Amino acid sequence: MWSKAQIAQRASKELNDGDIVNLGIGLPTDVANYVPEGISVMFHSENGLLGMGPFPTEEELDPQIINAGKQTVTLATGASTFDSSLSFAMIRGGHVDVAILGGLEVSQCGDLANWMVPGKMVNGMGGAMDLANGARKTLVLQTHTSKDGDSKLKAELVLPATALGCVNRVITELGVFDCKGDHFLCLELAEGVTQEEARSKTAGELRFA
Amino acid sequence: MKSKVVANAAEALAGLKSGMTVMSGGFGLCGNPEACIQHIAQSELKDLTIVSNNCGNQGRGLAALLKNRQVRKVICSFIGGNPDLSAQYLAGEVEVELNPQGTLAERIRAAGAGLGGFFTPTGVGTKVAEGKEVREINGRKYLFEKPLHADYAIVRAHIGDKFGNLRFYKTSRNFNPLMATAAKVTVVEVDRLVEIGELDADDIHLPGLFVQHIFQAEHENPIEHRTVRGAN
Repeated sequence: MWSKAQIAQRASKELNDGDIVNLGIGLPTDVANYVPEGISVMFHSENGLLGMGPFPTEEELDPQIINAGKQTVTLATGASTFDSSLSFAMIRGGHVDVAILGGLEVSQCGDLANWMVPGKMVNGMGGAMDLANGARKTLVLQTHTSKDGDSKLKAELVLPATALGCVNRVITELGVFDCKGDHFLCLELAEGVTQEEARSKTAGELRFA
Repeated sequence: MKSKVVANAAEALAGLKSGMTVMSGGFGLCGNPEACIQHIAQSELKDLTIVSNNCGNQGRGLAALLKNRQVRKVICSFIGGNPDLSAQYLAGEVEVELNPQGTLAERIRAAGAGLGGFFTPTGVGTKVAEGKEVREINGRKYLFEKPLHADYAIVRAHIGDKFGNLRFYKTSRNFNPLMATAAKVTVVEVDRLVEIGELDADDIHLPGLFVQHIFQAEHENPIEHRTVRGAN
């Protein structure tokens, strides 16, 4: 079973040299800490920043340089800042290579839900609907099951959709899973996780590579 | 030429009335028109429709207007991290229209650019699509979205000249230049007001014809999530 840090670390292996990468709020943000050596990527933040650097030191701290999670960040060498319309032109126009998003549910045909739970929680979609539709590749990092033990990898979504048919790959504490349309394909299991365990915790159909 | 320069937010917003629609720049608490928000919070204005990505956060920024019950409706993209808004929304006290962030930005841009709307793939097959036209273009489904106008835009810029030519600073730009184009009256507060001619033509992010009133103000620039790393 992978820890959250290990999920983020595993996700970082999906990055290719030269990629433009957008990281969602929460766990996806941590992927920036694990970019493999020899790989250079530009992080896009939808509030209007291409070339997001690490968190600032106390001396570098600037309240007017933030990421989409409203955390203070820095500008990497070669960074640019721009307005929200241009930022989403980059996203919708297919100029962002990878979006790594958090999820509440993913279906085997790649539908994603991550913005509301009717009657309980409404966060709003923020940039997630644009990112899921527009990025060339969409990865989702989420837990495999809810606190009550219900599977979050489903044959069909139960929660309201963020976008349809957009998710390529899901990484959970149990492993790495591709959305193949009529099934999930497990590419890799986390240490100590058996095929039986992964199958019992997956509501959709699960096959193994 | 009639001067666009005013002394403060009160003078700039003298025509703002209850029931009007106000666009406010800012992403969370970054790049907010703080003086204009403070002026509205201290006024008797009510039943406002606020267009803003977040409508404040953590009880600050535009959340002050929510606390004062001055807001009837919010058009935004994200309400997470904004307990005042989510509480009033879930209690049915404030109407909330959630737009995907890129759709919100483009609706504002469309209004300023004189367009009747646009087709976007974002939101197809979701609650956002309810009641909207879906058209297939080159084999892909798109949703029709209409422009979003306002009575007033309250905008924050870094440097402005007396004609209203503006430069923004880092990620405090966000929705500010878009909103400046989409309202009947655009009010800009700047960190530094300069004479016409001091900004080079190539350094101007937004030309001054979009601006009706401009003034200089002190800005607090509050930090929402203070994240730092140790010095190496």
